[in-house]
Amino acid sequence: MVPLSYYLLLGGFLFACGVGGFLIKRNIITIFMSIELMLNGVNLSFVAFAAHWHALAGQIFVFFVMVVAAAESAVGLAIIIAVYRTRETLNVDQVNLLKL
Amino acid sequence: MTGTRKLSVTGNWKARTLTTALMSFHLILFLSFGAVCVGGTVNLLAQRHPINSALSLIAVMAALAGEYLLLGAEFVAAVQLIVYAGAVMVLFVFVIMLLNAGEEEETKGSRVAILIGVPGTLISSVLMAWVVLRHSGTEAVAIGALPGHPVDIAQLLFHDFLLPFEITSVLILIAIMGAVVLASKPGSAAGKVE
Amino acid sequence: MVVGIFILVSVIKSMIVLLVLLTAVAYTVWLERKVVGRMQNRWGPTRVGPFGLLQPAADGLKFLFKEDLTPPHVYKPLFLAAPMMAVIFALTSISVIPFGNSIPMFGYRIPLQITDVNIGLLLILGVTSMGVYGVALAGWSSNNKYSLLGGLRASAQMVSYEIALGLSLVGVLIQSGSFSLRDIVDAQGGRFFYVIPRWNIFHGQFIGFFIYLMAAYAETNRIPFDLPEAETELVAGYHTEYSSMKFAMFFMAEYANMITVACLATLLFFGGWHGPLAGPPLMRALLPVAWFAAKVFCFLFLYIWVRGTLPRFRYDQLMSFGWKFLLPLAIANLIATAIAVAW
Repeated sequence: MVPLSYYLLLGGFLFACGVGGFLIKRNIITIFMSIELMLNGVNLSFVAFAAHWHALAGQIFVFFVMVVAAAESAVGLAIIIAVYRTRETLNVDQVNLLKL
Repeated sequence: MTGTRKLSVTGNWKARTLTTALMSFHLILFLSFGAVCVGGTVNLLAQRHPINSALSLIAVMAALAGEYLLLGAEFVAAVQLIVYAGAVMVLFVFVIMLLNAGEEEETKGSRVAILIGVPGTLISSVLMAWVVLRHSGTEAVAIGALPGHPVDIAQLLFHDFLLPFEITSVLILIAIMGAVVLASKPGSAAGKVE
Repeated sequence: MVVGIFILVSVIKSMIVLLVLLTAVAYTVWLERKVVGRMQNRWGPTRVGPFGLLQPAADGLKFLFKEDLTPPHVYKPLFLAAPMMAVIFALTSISVIPFGNSIPMFGYRIPLQITDVNIGLLLILGVTSMGVYGVALAGWSSNNKYSLLGGLRASAQMVSYEIALGLSLVGVLIQSGSFSLRDIVDAQGGRFFYVIPRWNIFHGQFIGFFIYLMAAYAETNRIPFDLPEAETELVAGYHTEYSSMKFAMFFMAEYANMITVACLATLLFFGGWHGPLAGPPLMRALLPVAWFAAKVFCFLFLYIWVRGTLPRFRYDQLMSFGWKFLLPLAIANLIATAIAVAW
């Protein structure tokens, strides 16, 4: 029997590190991966609460989060490819002007 | 697990030691998967080359699939492996390979970000931990607490949650079209915008 | 105590299955060389041992003694890790494959399967999805344009055909009602009209079987879908820079994938271990394993036969075949099966 708070702490830690990576890193792709990390932390909290309250709807919601994450990563990576083609760089500090 | 009998915790010392062994086995499994999660997360932030960060994220997702199995969500764990670790991360690895992403350089902006970001992350995680611990009592989840059999999940998904399910299919269609148009070379068949 | 016995039995089963699988991989290579040789009107290996049966041992010794070269320009951590990943994921999927019914031994009934998971089929699909990493990272870490192109092509091909593979299996799932491989095989017992066995291929999954076969050939990068690793095309594709043991690991991974696909095809479409039984109880427990092995052998022979006969697809033909023909056909098969079952 593992206390519920352990699962929530793990999920919270993943989420906090996702936020940290989003703010610290300068490479667009790594920033994107931090977003995926945040979503995974949230998924863990969903499944933990579903197990605690015996509500299967928590696990169903994880599907929808995964579907949205997959769609968003597809479009986001396409945007990254398009940005790389015009700016020739993957560093967010150098993509800070609308002018090329 | 096949072969374990249901035991009641009364008097019998053999039964009690087996139950405590099973309970701490759950804790050991949780801590090992959790250690892989935490290690992978810290490695993702510490590595400079994005391919190493991508591989650490894959390790995190695989360990999370193990955590879902501990909570009984077997279908969710399998889908996490197939979709997240096996498709989404493959997409990330493809893009890193195609764009030949190199190591991150240290610029002034990155130093400022690290100076503010690392304490910020620590403070926010400590805050979250404090809130969680303050409001939690002694509730515990057993191993395999809510068995998420595909039959039960399908029952819910196709009856109560049918509308969100259909809307997500439209969402995926839009994402496919958007990705094809955005990533295509300007001038090719997909890139022509009328 | 019971937990300890369970763990001990699982470890022993894993060791036996791993040993058998690795020997089967070695002798599948021998079988391929012999059969392809005969189809090309030559002998194949004959010198080392009777009928060349010791050839795999000679090959193993050769690989051990070859110089293990790591070129200086590669990205070392991934260069070393990629063949390991390929082999790990290739060998993992054998753990949920059942070989027969249970054997009574020392008072326990031991099922002939390392572990019967409720979601066995999904786990195999998941491990197949993860197998793409070995190929993609091998191609990228070699720092060589032929390897990169070969690796990208191979992983794009594997990801595309995974969808058709999964959809072809859903027809079987709808008919069996469970993801557990043992339940799917148990649902194929019995016969129609006392003559035709109740295998899924005769029970309406004929088109599903062919979709599965073609998707599986593309997943395992075998002819006619083996452009990414063909010697005459991209030098040698993603394993150009590998030598000796690491190359042998890629080889092992490919043949282990082949064997897993053959096992899955027999379990899902050809009734697994069902076959005529006779004799004393111990033989009745072991004869299903022999039937299973015979059917897997037929599928391996089919793999090798196709390799010796067909030319390979060009890459754009390959991708359009997977997306524009196989995927709509798999969806149509799924709809037809669903309507037939719901009726």
